[in-house]
Amino acid sequence: MVEKFRRSAEAAGAEVVESRAGAALAALARLLRDEGVGTQGRTAVWPDGPLQSAFHPGLLEQMLPGVVLDVTRDTAAAAYAGITEFDCGVAATGTLVQDASAAAQRLASTLPPLHIALLRADAIVSSLGDALRRFDPARMPFLALVTGPSRTADIERVLTIGVHGPRRLVVLLYEPEGRHGR
Amino acid sequence: MAGDLRQQVRQALAHPHLPAALTRFSEDYRSSRARAYEGIDFEALRSRIAEVKARAANRLDQLAEQFAGAASARGARVVRLHTAEDVRRYIADVAQRHGARLVVKSKSMATEEIHLNAALEAAGIEVRETDLGEWIVQLARQRPSHMVLPAIHLTRDDVAGLFSRETGERLEAEIPRLVQVAREQLREKFLRAEIGISGANIAVAETGSLVLCTNEGNARLVTTLPPVHIAVVGIEKLVERFEEIEPVLAALPRSATAQQITSYVSILTGPAENAGGGPKEMHIVLYDHRRIEMSEDPLFCQALQCIRCASCLNVCPVYRLVGGHVFGKVYTGAIGTVLTAWIEGWEASRGLEQLCIQCGACRDYCPAKIDLPELILEVRRRAAAAAPRPLAARAAFAVLSNRRAFHSLLRAASLVQKPLAEGPFLRHLPLFFTEAGKNRRLPALAGRPLRDRFPHLPQPRSERRVAFFAGCLIDFVYPEIGEAAVRVLNRAGIEVVFPEKQTCCGAPAHFSGLPDAAAANARDNAEAFSGAGYEAVISACPTCTAALCTDAPRALRQQGEHDLAGRAEHLAAKTVDFSTFIRRLVEEGALRLPAGANLPPLTYHDSCHLKRTLHAEQPPRQLLRGAGYELREMQESDVCCGMGGSYSLKLPEVSSAMLARKLRMIAATQAEGVALDCPGCLMQIRGGCAAADAPVRVHHTAEWLASLLEATD
Repeated sequence: MVEKFRRSAEAAGAEVVESRAGAALAALARLLRDEGVGTQGRTAVWPDGPLQSAFHPGLLEQMLPGVVLDVTRDTAAAAYAGITEFDCGVAATGTLVQDASAAAQRLASTLPPLHIALLRADAIVSSLGDALRRFDPARMPFLALVTGPSRTADIERVLTIGVHGPRRLVVLLYEPEGRHGR
Repeated sequence: MAGDLRQQVRQALAHPHLPAALTRFSEDYRSSRARAYEGIDFEALRSRIAEVKARAANRLDQLAEQFAGAASARGARVVRLHTAEDVRRYIADVAQRHGARLVVKSKSMATEEIHLNAALEAAGIEVRETDLGEWIVQLARQRPSHMVLPAIHLTRDDVAGLFSRETGERLEAEIPRLVQVAREQLREKFLRAEIGISGANIAVAETGSLVLCTNEGNARLVTTLPPVHIAVVGIEKLVERFEEIEPVLAALPRSATAQQITSYVSILTGPAENAGGGPKEMHIVLYDHRRIEMSEDPLFCQALQCIRCASCLNVCPVYRLVGGHVFGKVYTGAIGTVLTAWIEGWEASRGLEQLCIQCGACRDYCPAKIDLPELILEVRRRAAAAAPRPLAARAAFAVLSNRRAFHSLLRAASLVQKPLAEGPFLRHLPLFFTEAGKNRRLPALAGRPLRDRFPHLPQPRSERRVAFFAGCLIDFVYPEIGEAAVRVLNRAGIEVVFPEKQTCCGAPAHFSGLPDAAAANARDNAEAFSGAGYEAVISACPTCTAALCTDAPRALRQQGEHDLAGRAEHLAAKTVDFSTFIRRLVEEGALRLPAGANLPPLTYHDSCHLKRTLHAEQPPRQLLRGAGYELREMQESDVCCGMGGSYSLKLPEVSSAMLARKLRMIAATQAEGVALDCPGCLMQIRGGCAAADAPVRVHHTAEWLASLLEATD
């Protein structure tokens, strides 16, 4: 399922990175460092999510310089990267699905040019239908499906990546703490 | 009106960029769409979509109420409005209450329909389209020419010019830079706007949800950043249940942009939290101009099944030559013709319906299984009924309905044309025909029509008999096709009879929107073929076959002539196209085709009616290959040749352009001959080859087969 998801996501223009069991935060730190977040004056916004809440804010501040947890229009618009946590992935299409009712989730995943999507490797389902069945729309005003970076072919049908949404989408697949092996 | 349309068509065809761009797109579309649908049973998917949407179309009013209830319960303000003016006023009121000075919009055909932008701008409100294509046409002050790719008619140089004017900076025609400029320019608007206006691709009655699909991410920003969101949704977007989103989402991106899914799909159920905190003020306008009336029309209700994918535009051989500014108003292409008739009235659609050549490609590709050609024909009928018929047309169809008069006229014409004929072609044509004659030599009427030759054909007596339906072209222009067909049938031990009282199959009247003339033809034929003593009625013209099998019985029923309709159905049941029948004979063992030697390589042209109406594109190929011919498939073998019956006379420029393309495809195969099963296509293609001095022989399949019989006799 993970392999199929990777192929589909890559076909849609996303980059897929896998982290070892329990090393999600380290992988994220490395990714951000490589992108110059925290060093070249670049920031990353990261709204609330299950992975984030597993860690003490002090630890996050230490391990992830440049990461801003207070996500507003201004901080998101100024950020180089946005980190958001998705609820499930679809193997058939490489799609990420998220309850994005909190505005901060949408700000972080749309305004900055780099979008880092965190997804548990065991939260991948087979088809779009399977994914939709997991959510009750009555409980969430904004259900978001994201597949690859933003794109357009409106000028002479030439495909250009990166219009109003992110130019790059990096999916960080992680095994949650406590799992043995892959 | 007709003159105006032809003028627009000429301008479009002469455009330096448009036909080439649209044609390239249509070529790419066919292959990339096929890739996107790999592994998917398109027929099953579109049956499901048709079922879901038809059920919704039947209950639009109730579903709209259900939607309103569900969305309101979630905190949205839902309003049902029926006129463009009501919607414009509602939105202007909301804008005024908020003191809004700037509105950002994501794509919405419904807002195009009501001409919203102009109204808001008149009220002093700045409106920014955020879909890149829509923003480009907004800057150009033009209408979008395509529902999915609004700026497809503009080049990068055009866009660079527009963006340079907008930014005050001299910009190169370099696409990545231009897209970056759009991102920067519009980002500022997203952040500053007080109101975001969107459409919706799907509306779910059960939950009060709206589904928005984009690739650019603009719908997310339009619905997230401004504190107020107004969605304008035509009620035809409604489906009943949440799970019914799935089939529509499976087809819409694949058919629209050849993607498995768009980059962003947002499902909104009531207002979400605002970017600045607090709940968003969400308005949903359910727009119902003429949709309920359409849903009550037994034929047109299927037009509400449309999911706005624009496939019909992308596969239309005429659209790709003239574009959406000619072939449409707010809505373009085949579906645009139908919607315009309802939304703006029959007058507005009169020019549009003339552009349809009735090739049927759109019907094959529509993911909602809408019978677009039939709907356009009905628009044509209603437009014809509403306007007084011109004298010449009335006279022409009076003659056509009267068999004796029609045939006398044709015999007389064959005498009159003698000074103009040069071999098998007409040398100089009367002025009316000159445009038609530019790229195509028209055939001369035969000195002796088939009906006169028939009694003298040397046929063996046999127990097995079939009747032959000639049709006008084979009877009066190409009797040799009839003779060839008879020779092949004789070889199978079958005797062929020719009921003399047969007349025109009714197709010309049918396709011109004249059901009473078509019914008169149907009546004559039903009576002419009411004899017994033959096992089948063979027709070597698929347009005639389709007319006899489907349209004739229906035309009679619509006129209330149920007895005759019964006889027409009896005739229909016995009618078979030539190649299908011959293949049956070969399979039975009644006919053995001699394998020829030193045969010229051929390419096969699929006539619209043979392939798309009768689904009989295999028998001719199997017969020709079985007889030893090498068949080289041409690109776009099933794209219309441009004949379209009287279409080639009414819109000769379009017909010529389609013919030119067909000739190029034929030339690319380097075949020495073209095989086909339709005398109309034969007239078009043979005439085109002659005018172009192309050394390619064009013959009916019956003739290619019959020539083998001579060779081995």
